[in-house]
Amino acid sequence: MANAITIESVSKTYQRDKMSVPVLNNVSLEIPEGEFIALMGPSGSGKTTLLNLIAGIDRPTKGRILVGGTDISTLSETSLAKWRSSKVGFIFQFYNLIPVLTAFENVELPLTLTKLTKAERKRQVELALQVVGLSDRMNHYPKQLSGGQEQRVAIARAIASDPSIIVADEPTGDLDKKSADEIMTLLTRLNKEFHKTIVMVTHDPSAADRATLVRHLEKGDLLG
Amino acid sequence: MKIFKIIFKNAFRHKLRVFLTIVGISIAVMAFGLLRTVVTAWNAGVEASSANRLVVRQAVSFIFPLPYADREQIAKIPGVEVVSPFMWFGGVYLDKKNFFARMACDPETVFDVYPEYLVDQSVKETFKKERNSCIIGEALAKQFNLKLGDVMNIDGDIYPGKWQFTVRGIYKPRDKTVDATQMLFDWKYVDERMKQDSPERAGMIGWYSVRIKDPAQSATISERIDALFKNSRAETKTETERAFQQGFVASSGAIITAMNVMAFVIIGIIMLVLGNTMIMSARERTREYAVLKTLGFQGGHLIAFIAGESLIISLMGGLLGLGILFPFVAAFEAFMPKGFFPVFNIENTTIIIAASSALAVGFAASIFPIQRALKTSIVNGLRHIG
Repeated sequence: MANAITIESVSKTYQRDKMSVPVLNNVSLEIPEGEFIALMGPSGSGKTTLLNLIAGIDRPTKGRILVGGTDISTLSETSLAKWRSSKVGFIFQFYNLIPVLTAFENVELPLTLTKLTKAERKRQVELALQVVGLSDRMNHYPKQLSGGQEQRVAIARAIASDPSIIVADEPTGDLDKKSADEIMTLLTRLNKEFHKTIVMVTHDPSAADRATLVRHLEKGDLLG
Repeated sequence: MKIFKIIFKNAFRHKLRVFLTIVGISIAVMAFGLLRTVVTAWNAGVEASSANRLVVRQAVSFIFPLPYADREQIAKIPGVEVVSPFMWFGGVYLDKKNFFARMACDPETVFDVYPEYLVDQSVKETFKKERNSCIIGEALAKQFNLKLGDVMNIDGDIYPGKWQFTVRGIYKPRDKTVDATQMLFDWKYVDERMKQDSPERAGMIGWYSVRIKDPAQSATISERIDALFKNSRAETKTETERAFQQGFVASSGAIITAMNVMAFVIIGIIMLVLGNTMIMSARERTREYAVLKTLGFQGGHLIAFIAGESLIISLMGGLLGLGILFPFVAAFEAFMPKGFFPVFNIENTTIIIAASSALAVGFAASIFPIQRALKTSIVNGLRHIG
């Protein structure tokens, strides 16, 4: 199976005032298509940084990242933004829904950047909300939803444009166990039924158990 | 879902804050419009002055009269088309508070020099024939509910005695800048009484309005007129009508300048009010902007979101401000003594400046939040708490 993501000798160093803070040290990783990988490690180990690099919302200090054959570390900001809108779906720990938009409108948000017609967008949004089981909540605002439901809306938003890769940063970190299980079941389904490559950062071992591959980071080094 | 819908929803996210901001902007726009209207009303005479009119007055002061006999000499100067005498009559109509210009003039020439006072030819003919007739502006007629044939009784002060005038015409102003609150009557009517009661005051007028052929010749003609009466008992000072009017306004120059400055300070205040709202909103949404960027929205989108939101608020404030400006100006005019401002209109320029200022402020207030949103990296934005 071809690699969905190839990380070649990637290092990342942040500048904090005049100090250089290395976060990732020469990390290399290959993630095959259709894999569900969990990145684990203590706080400050660099797992979110690695996720951000894979998602194209940060750039490596050194090394290359190829996603679907595209070297995203060489793309311009504009190209990278376009690439993100079509190739990657994002799930955040705190859902990050826009509070003034309904569930439907939040899911529709990334589709407004596409050339889809209104009818096509509607169809996509309804399908995404159906997949996450929130067809009956599409006109609700985020504050009218539970945490688990908000995260499901966020997942619907992530899959609305049908990206091949989904990145999830602590998707269950703000949820109770029951809701967390539901979210993990949903992600597992997206991986198995819809063949999405999922990269997930988590502290939660039970969440990591749902992944097909688990990798650990410590002090910027990928273990194992 | 269109981007405009998101902008609109964002604009009203904090309803109370936005409401207060809109009210703040509207009050500022209204205050700006009111100040500008007062300033333009003050300058109305200057603005309405014609380039082809000169005013000849006594060199010492406007309050000293000129001989009526000077008229013929002035008329002979090349470039002079019409010479028309005027005299400030003063007096009281019904009540001392009723202030409006009561002027003795020459019915034969007054409308040749002031074609902006529109009256029918038949009215002009009556005015020439009927010695105690008067012509009043339509605003004055409306104010005192005067009709043709009505008699206006004036208690003279500068020219003592009881004076009766019959309204034989009501002139319409050619445009909004023309004073429609004046009362004009025949100078000869006054002069005849003066010949009887105060012969030493007979044959004198207040000033001459002179229509010239070529405005470019105004300086030369002015010099010639003044040279004509040099070393006479009534030396003259001739100037363009604009300069003459500016002479009246100049005494209030400091107040007008202060009001003008205040009007533009108000625009600065609007900017601070809106700028504060936009900065607060943008700071609160730092994480959202990062999420939008993550989803693929680019700098142009963020500019549209932030500037659009700011423009919506400023536009609504501006429109509301202009909406309340009209009744406020009407109320202000009603509060002022009648006739204090003969021309008191909200100029189109005032509306355009107020509206465009509101929009410019809306855009300017969004610059800093836009800059901040664009400069903040996605990673830092997602970490933002607040």
